[in-house]
Amino acid sequence: MSTLDPTAAIPGSKTRTGASQRLRGMNRDRLEQAVVAYLFLLPDVLGLLVFVVGPMLLALAISFSDWRLTGAPEFVGLKNYEIILKDPKFGASLGRTILYTLGFVPAVYTLSLGMAVLLTRRGRGNTFFRTIYFMPVAMSMVVAGVMWRFMFDPGNGLINEMLSSVGLPTLQWTGHVQSAMVSVLIVAVWKSVGYFMIILLAGIQDIPADYTEAAAIDGANRWQIFRFIIMPLLRPTSFFVLVILSINSLQAFDQIYVMTRGGPAQATYTLLMYIYEKAFREWNFGYSGAMAVVLFIMVFALTLIQVRFFRSSDVRQ
Amino acid sequence: MRKSPKQLLGSGIYYLICILLAVVFAGPFLWMLSSALKPANEIFANPPILISPNSSLNNFQEVFRQAPFERYMFNSFFVAGTVTVVALLLHAMAGYALARLDFPGKRVVFIGIIATLMIPFYTILIPLALLVRELGWINTYAALIIPAIPHAFGIFWLRQFFLGLPTELEEAARIDGASRIGVFFLVALPLARPVLAALAVFFFLANWDSFLWPLIAANEPDMRMVQVGIQSFTGEHGSAWELIMAASVIAILPTLALFFGLQRFIVASVKMTGLKG
Repeated sequence: MSTLDPTAAIPGSKTRTGASQRLRGMNRDRLEQAVVAYLFLLPDVLGLLVFVVGPMLLALAISFSDWRLTGAPEFVGLKNYEIILKDPKFGASLGRTILYTLGFVPAVYTLSLGMAVLLTRRGRGNTFFRTIYFMPVAMSMVVAGVMWRFMFDPGNGLINEMLSSVGLPTLQWTGHVQSAMVSVLIVAVWKSVGYFMIILLAGIQDIPADYTEAAAIDGANRWQIFRFIIMPLLRPTSFFVLVILSINSLQAFDQIYVMTRGGPAQATYTLLMYIYEKAFREWNFGYSGAMAVVLFIMVFALTLIQVRFFRSSDVRQ
Repeated sequence: MRKSPKQLLGSGIYYLICILLAVVFAGPFLWMLSSALKPANEIFANPPILISPNSSLNNFQEVFRQAPFERYMFNSFFVAGTVTVVALLLHAMAGYALARLDFPGKRVVFIGIIATLMIPFYTILIPLALLVRELGWINTYAALIIPAIPHAFGIFWLRQFFLGLPTELEEAARIDGASRIGVFFLVALPLARPVLAALAVFFFLANWDSFLWPLIAANEPDMRMVQVGIQSFTGEHGSAWELIMAASVIAILPTLALFFGLQRFIVASVKMTGLKG
């Protein structure tokens, strides 16, 4: 990349004199700044080029090829994408991913908002409760998945024991087509809520107390303050949280891999599970790569919204 | 001031909800710990035994006997620690250059770095795996560490931090004759300690908890990181839940220690990563 080469960067001034004159004209400090800057940026920029940008370009190239573990890659144009359109397994796994997202995003948002509001009330032990609710964030999704699988044990797992002790029917949880997705969702929601609670709590605490106090003096009740003061002013934070949640849920993998491997009968087989298995079980890189690009385009659309938002908060600084 | 009955009822309901939620979020941790300490025949006892009189550390000894968890832990510590330290240094350097130094092409470099945020890890998974295989890094620390280091996110937040930092101290050091590099290492970097601490916790946790990449990059038993270790242990020990729970407790102990020790920084890092500058 030419911008990284200090010598290529010297003609920065807009004068029309010769190169050597420009070099002399540039004061020593500017030269030092440029050299130090390129030096400081070099390792990270190089790393990003080799391990992020390069692989991204390669990912596009792979998606246009037929590439298996054995044998050389072969250019096949849009064939992989054509197969995707006709592949019922792709449609089904995309459908399950969307189902997962439709469960995950509203559940996490509502719960974390509710908990954030709960904790803004000045009460004794707020810090203690915040710590407790936040604890699952410190746990990996893998351990959370393993732990909940234990509690969801269809035989005598803790959850079923508790259900039967209050006279409710027990469930097969991860073992049954109809409850597997719900089980996986419960774990993901349980694990994620604390994180977004903290973000929303920070957002609420940023709202000047004058507004809510003024509304209270005008006779607004708690619900009205929440509905007409807090919610509108929290909109940027809410928006950010919703976008991040959607992006995360399109990429759900760890807990599904650990809890169900996509089963039973593919009830939790999401798009990323399919991509993973196509590439690292069936070693069909081309087709898997094309699906990864499709997933990328979906995530990209969501990220564009987020970046626009990031930029507006950047300008504010 | 005495509270009216209505207020008392209100705070009663408030605490009831708070405590119920606390049970939902902390309960599984306690159940995991309780099960890790139990003998096998009490795991699915009916009714469930909360604190077994037969509690012991036997399951933990058994876990270490059956799988090299000390090795998994070392791998995770080494990988997450190295990534965190190296990444913070490199990101601070890059962020500082973008915030404080003037150079041709700055805007392009910055936008380029931010643009990589839009590339989800899953899209580059296959090419990255092929690249690492091509480099001969499969089952080495290089495969686990090096691709995890470059990350636009850390650069972005450190840039934001340096942009918000008053320049006086750095200017004073310049007047005293310090070089640009000296100013960065001796003045700016120490001032960034709070934001570095918050990012360090965040990076360490993210790498300690990462699963998919270690699963692909290092499948040899000796090179497994702890999450992959848990997963394979679970696969091999099917229903020996007392051992699986003991292994899980081992795997989360360091993160829980970090969590309670550095909670201030964790909360700070969440607020920061969640949009606050």
